[in-house]
Amino acid sequence: MVVPSDVAGPEEGRDLELRGVTKRFGDFVAVDDLSLTIPSGSFFALLGPSGCGKTTTLRMVAGLEHPSSGKVLIGGDDVTATRAHQRPVNTVFQSYALFPHLDVTENVAFGLRRKGFGDATERAMQALDLVELRHLARRRPTQLSGGQQQRVALARAIVNKPAVLLLDEPLGALDLKLRRQMQVELKRIQHEVGLTFVHVTHDQEEAMTMADTVAVMNAGRIEQMGAPEALYDLPRTAFVANFLGRSNLLPGTVVESDGDVLGVDVAGGRVHVPVDRAVARDGKVLVGVRPEKVHLVAGDEEVPTGTNMVGPGTVRDVSFSGVSTEYLVDLPGLGTLSVFAQNLDAVVRAARGDQVRLAWLPRHTFGLAGDEDSHAGVETIDRDGTPDGAKTKGEKANRVTVVTG
Amino acid sequence: MSIAGVAKTATPPATGAGGGEAADAAEGRRRGRTGYLLLLPGVLFMLAFFVAPVGALLLTSLYERVPGGPVGATQPAFRLANYTEAIAAYGPQFGRSFGYALIATVLALLIGYPLAYVIGVRARGKPLLQGLLLVLVIAPFFTSFILRTIAWKQILADESIVVAVLKGIQLLPDDARLTATPIAVVAGLTYNFLPFMTLPIYASLERLDLRLVEAGGDLYAGALQTFRHVTLPLSLPGVVSGTLLTFIPAAGDYVNSALLGNAGTSMIGNVIDSRFFRVVDYPTASALSVLLMLAILLLVGLYVRRAGTEDLL
Amino acid sequence: MTKLSLGRLVLPVYAAIAFLYLLTPIAYTFAFSFNDAGRTNLVWRGFTLDNWKNPCGAPAVCQSVVNSLQIGVLVTIVSTVLGTMLALALVRYRFRFRSAANLLLFLPLATPEVVLGAALLAQFLNLRVNPGFVTIVLAHVMFCISFVVVTVKARVAGLDPRLEEAAADLYASPRAAFWRVTFPLLLPGIAAAALLAFSLSFDDFIITNFNSGNTDTFPKFVYVAATRGIPAQANVVGSAMFFLALLIVVAAQLVAARRRKQLALQT
Repeated sequence: MVVPSDVAGPEEGRDLELRGVTKRFGDFVAVDDLSLTIPSGSFFALLGPSGCGKTTTLRMVAGLEHPSSGKVLIGGDDVTATRAHQRPVNTVFQSYALFPHLDVTENVAFGLRRKGFGDATERAMQALDLVELRHLARRRPTQLSGGQQQRVALARAIVNKPAVLLLDEPLGALDLKLRRQMQVELKRIQHEVGLTFVHVTHDQEEAMTMADTVAVMNAGRIEQMGAPEALYDLPRTAFVANFLGRSNLLPGTVVESDGDVLGVDVAGGRVHVPVDRAVARDGKVLVGVRPEKVHLVAGDEEVPTGTNMVGPGTVRDVSFSGVSTEYLVDLPGLGTLSVFAQNLDAVVRAARGDQVRLAWLPRHTFGLAGDEDSHAGVETIDRDGTPDGAKTKGEKANRVTVVTG
Repeated sequence: MSIAGVAKTATPPATGAGGGEAADAAEGRRRGRTGYLLLLPGVLFMLAFFVAPVGALLLTSLYERVPGGPVGATQPAFRLANYTEAIAAYGPQFGRSFGYALIATVLALLIGYPLAYVIGVRARGKPLLQGLLLVLVIAPFFTSFILRTIAWKQILADESIVVAVLKGIQLLPDDARLTATPIAVVAGLTYNFLPFMTLPIYASLERLDLRLVEAGGDLYAGALQTFRHVTLPLSLPGVVSGTLLTFIPAAGDYVNSALLGNAGTSMIGNVIDSRFFRVVDYPTASALSVLLMLAILLLVGLYVRRAGTEDLL
Repeated sequence: MTKLSLGRLVLPVYAAIAFLYLLTPIAYTFAFSFNDAGRTNLVWRGFTLDNWKNPCGAPAVCQSVVNSLQIGVLVTIVSTVLGTMLALALVRYRFRFRSAANLLLFLPLATPEVVLGAALLAQFLNLRVNPGFVTIVLAHVMFCISFVVVTVKARVAGLDPRLEEAAADLYASPRAAFWRVTFPLLLPGIAAAALLAFSLSFDDFIITNFNSGNTDTFPKFVYVAATRGIPAQANVVGSAMFFLALLIVVAAQLVAARRRKQLALQT
């Protein structure tokens, strides 16, 4: 599709840098000494559970919150002291925040009019073309569906060609199919207009699908940042391992090391972890492996040497879900591990009560610090009925009723 | 702008006096001079024309009349006896005021609640019908308060059709009358303040989640029980607002009593009016006003604490 | 299976009776506005349109209506402006003494009109100000402000603060954001508050009676005339007010209904 040339050019986006940004609400620290640089033109995702401070961070970039300390720089200029309406930043809000008393065109043209553009209506129409909503130009926001409102909100932000475009969980209110569709759309639009997108979300699949770089945030800090594949393949903290996808984490002790590979004693068995995939090199460690990398080994089957193996354990539950089957296996001394087996013909089948062993390749293993809470970042239903992924180091995160991401 | 819409927009509960910084931030409150600038003119006006006058009232209530001086002259004093004398002399009028107001409030509740129920629950989902019914409830307000009351006086006059019919079917003894009686006064109070009772209850019932009523039925409650245990408690905030908005003005009213009653039905408002304008006894009149205000504040305070609504405004 | 049983009919029938009850005095007033009655409009003498053709026939009626209208307009303007500012301040800004301010605004609503009227009179007497047109306006503004604040506050509270943030995000200075976003969205509430203030002021009797001196407003005129005999022209004014107000409100309802239909069709 041809991008109207006036909507944005290749060098519109600028770098965004946060230096030591902290935000306190009374005693509660929402954002704790955050520093990062987002290169211009990239699609950056800030991922984390509710209450981790991601929306607060976004609002500080937009100028809607003032940092307690630290600096915000856009394209090298310190904008920390400037007010929201003076910053070259636009936001797509979670609730869209479309002006109900203006029609779609006027909504999109709003920012342009404030800046005094004479051809505001024309530019607004072009932005509507970009999101394929020109035929709704005269409607009021209340007459639009959720997906349409979301696209209007996007057009309203993009038409101003901001240095940085912020998206605050913009797909949260959409149903699954529409969300998937919009994820693809957003990626396409970002690629075409070349703006710097900063996307805040708690949906890890969404972050991984759309972003060039993902930063995982927890309790006001960034736990790990990098390309989605890198983060997924090699998590460095238990939180990231559990929050991004799922992991099996096994406690163990390092008993030998030959420079390239660590030998870890796990519940009496020996497991190998490559040294460059381990955070801690001696003492207590957590050995991690993703469930889809593990395969079931029937009672007496042989495995190649060098393969990591634990067990035998008992199959506790089998859940078929179309593409794959999940097995929950109880292993003495290790707890319950999960295995995702893709439903191909050549895979071992097991039933409840069967005795199996679990095997995986050392290069799929990662090692974490031994003092980490192996349940950090796991999405569970808390006792008060709400999902709670924000646990750190064995303690519950503070529950404060402050509006944060 | 629809009446239903205006009645429906809710005030969120207060988060407490200061709220704390976190709560204030959560509600999106800003700090800054603009707030004070916006507040200042209105607050100054209220201080000048509400707080100061009430203060003046308090002062005047303690002054004494100048003996042998011109009519209405008072001199500064601290005469607490004004209060005791006022209570002694006009106790009955106080009692009557609160009594009539109470009866009128109860009647307004009995008439107004079912009315609010029909509009807020039965007519739900038909906004045009709801809107028109609400208009009919407020319609009496569109004519002058005095005119409506006088209309009742003439409708219930001895020579009128209504009285003739009632006497004919023996509901009224032959030598009785309706005007210039306490019944007429209470009837007038009820009529004039009925919309004040109906609208808040309507606002409450309009927001009633009907699925809760269904849940009551699902859990074996009959229609009456469901009403008692589900609907009534949930509409309580509206009932509290409505009774307050009815009782307070009714207790201080004197127009109904003057137009529809006789000398024996005088309420405290009548006394205050006459003490100000006919007898020109400012200290006593002021003392009576202060007493009325204190009595109402006390009653309202107790009632609200008992009923437990957090935010009246 | 029909749900039409006796039980379900009770409420609507009852409601119909209640509505009849509410409208009886208005019907009576309207009917008697056509009475060929001379000075006292107590007994039906004959049908005439004269009263409607010549509403200022009884001299004091028109003057009192004019007074009431002038007072009403002034009071509406002042109390709506002050009240809206207060409502915005109370909902959107932080203060240390916010609950005290709320109390200050709530108290006039909880005070009987007799006390308010008496208090103001006491104040004016102490200051040696003669009660008249100006004191009426001041008195009315005082009690109308609280009503305006309550009405507008509800509307402000229902306004999504994100909208103002969005405006700022889109380069609107605080002043531009207020006039282009906040104010248009508050307008229905402000209009409702203004209408409320006008009707309260026009119809007020007790406070006016205490603070008017020799100036007549329409309610005061009717009250005083009640002893002598109310001219039929007063009924004309009352009925006209009723129909005018009814027209405005019903029109607003129909406009809202039409807008709802448009929304439903287009989505």
